[in-house]
Amino acid sequence: MAGFDKVVNTYEEAMAGLEDDMTLIAGGFGICGIPENLIAQIKTMGTKGLTIVSNNCGIDGFGLGVLLEDRQIKKMISSYVGENKLFEEQLLAGDLEVELTPQGTLAEKMRAAGAGIPAFYTATGYGTDIAEGKDVREFDGRKYILEESIKADFAIVKAWKADRYGNAIYRHTAQNFNPMAATAGKITVMEVEEIVEPGELDPTQIHTPGIYVDRLIQGTFEKRIEIRTVREG
Amino acid sequence: MGLSRDQMAIRVARELQDGYYVNLGIGIPTLVANHVPEGMEVMLQSENGLLGMGPFPTEENVDADLINAGKQTVTTATGASIFSSAESFAMIRGGHVDLTVLGAFEVDAHGNIASWMIPGKLIKGMGGAMDLVAGADNIIVTMTHADKYGNSKLLPECSLPLTGAGCIKQVLTDLAYLEIRDGKFHLVERAPGISVEEIVEKTAGELVVPDNVPEMQF
Repeated sequence: MAGFDKVVNTYEEAMAGLEDDMTLIAGGFGICGIPENLIAQIKTMGTKGLTIVSNNCGIDGFGLGVLLEDRQIKKMISSYVGENKLFEEQLLAGDLEVELTPQGTLAEKMRAAGAGIPAFYTATGYGTDIAEGKDVREFDGRKYILEESIKADFAIVKAWKADRYGNAIYRHTAQNFNPMAATAGKITVMEVEEIVEPGELDPTQIHTPGIYVDRLIQGTFEKRIEIRTVREG
Repeated sequence: MGLSRDQMAIRVARELQDGYYVNLGIGIPTLVANHVPEGMEVMLQSENGLLGMGPFPTEENVDADLINAGKQTVTTATGASIFSSAESFAMIRGGHVDLTVLGAFEVDAHGNIASWMIPGKLIKGMGGAMDLVAGADNIIVTMTHADKYGNSKLLPECSLPLTGAGCIKQVLTDLAYLEIRDGKFHLVERAPGISVEEIVEKTAGELVVPDNVPEMQF
């Protein structure tokens, strides 16, 4: 690597330095826009005791769900889980911890972390069980709870195209949590469908500026569909 | 017999206005999209980052990168925009969505809503529901008036863990359209053929019944 060139050539290099008991943020919603090859690499590495921050935990046999197979996940911080049998089994057996977090709060926790904001007040969850033990403050006659941001040792994200400097564009709703995730990792690893030369992407159209990206790799993607719904054509 | 699911969606659709940005939850709320009045334009918000959701794709237009908040494959409507989850919840939490329609297990006379968790059953998570109820001013809850054993779901106090506190002002059930204010349910309309007495009997929370309760017309 030289200068701003973030490209690495192997998935081993991409995930080098990930160790047991680290915290990892993963982009994606359901199995849409997930860094599927980076997740597969973590499975290959066998890293254990991971705390993973991601909206969901994949499905059986795909996405983050594969990390359940060898019990690599210690704790999930998510808004919606349990689309997979293994997850349910490990949760009920007490082998897996879950911290449920409202989806907007989860996105904001990542965004805030990346922006250097340690905590923020939100009305979401006030008066519910998730507010327990959290600071409450009133602004303009309305009550808000204090939520802390989430930083991670690693962030893994999936974009559509990026230039070698890591300036990236997402495709359709595969964007979801990826832009915030990209800002919140001490080391941010991005995988994309296509890497182009700097200058080829229109600077106006960049979603994630390269400053957030530490390592960039081009992969091939299965892009499995969780719920295929069609109408008669 | 109370309202069918489709009739409930039709009744909710009467609250739509031209130019509304609307978030529809799963179940009956989703059906509202089928009953947008002719000549009216509304845009559907999907909290995974899409404003301007179109119909399901045809087989050849299925795209793994384009899904809705229920994880179903969808299309974009003309004039749609796509953005991050943070942006999506900024518009929800910032109160920019004109109408939110969602289901619930219970609603109480203080405007509390319980919709995400039944203790003892597997807990899957709240997804975006807590954000939606906290962020929106204009929310319509759709649910059956009573459970299958006849127990009221309109309560003095919710018995299940809350999704949001003091945030619900309108409820449409299969029996009635009600408003919530001053710690009471107020009966506004009744379903065709449903008596005020039946609604009173099936409403556990305090209910204010005006002299005239018009019947919904379909």
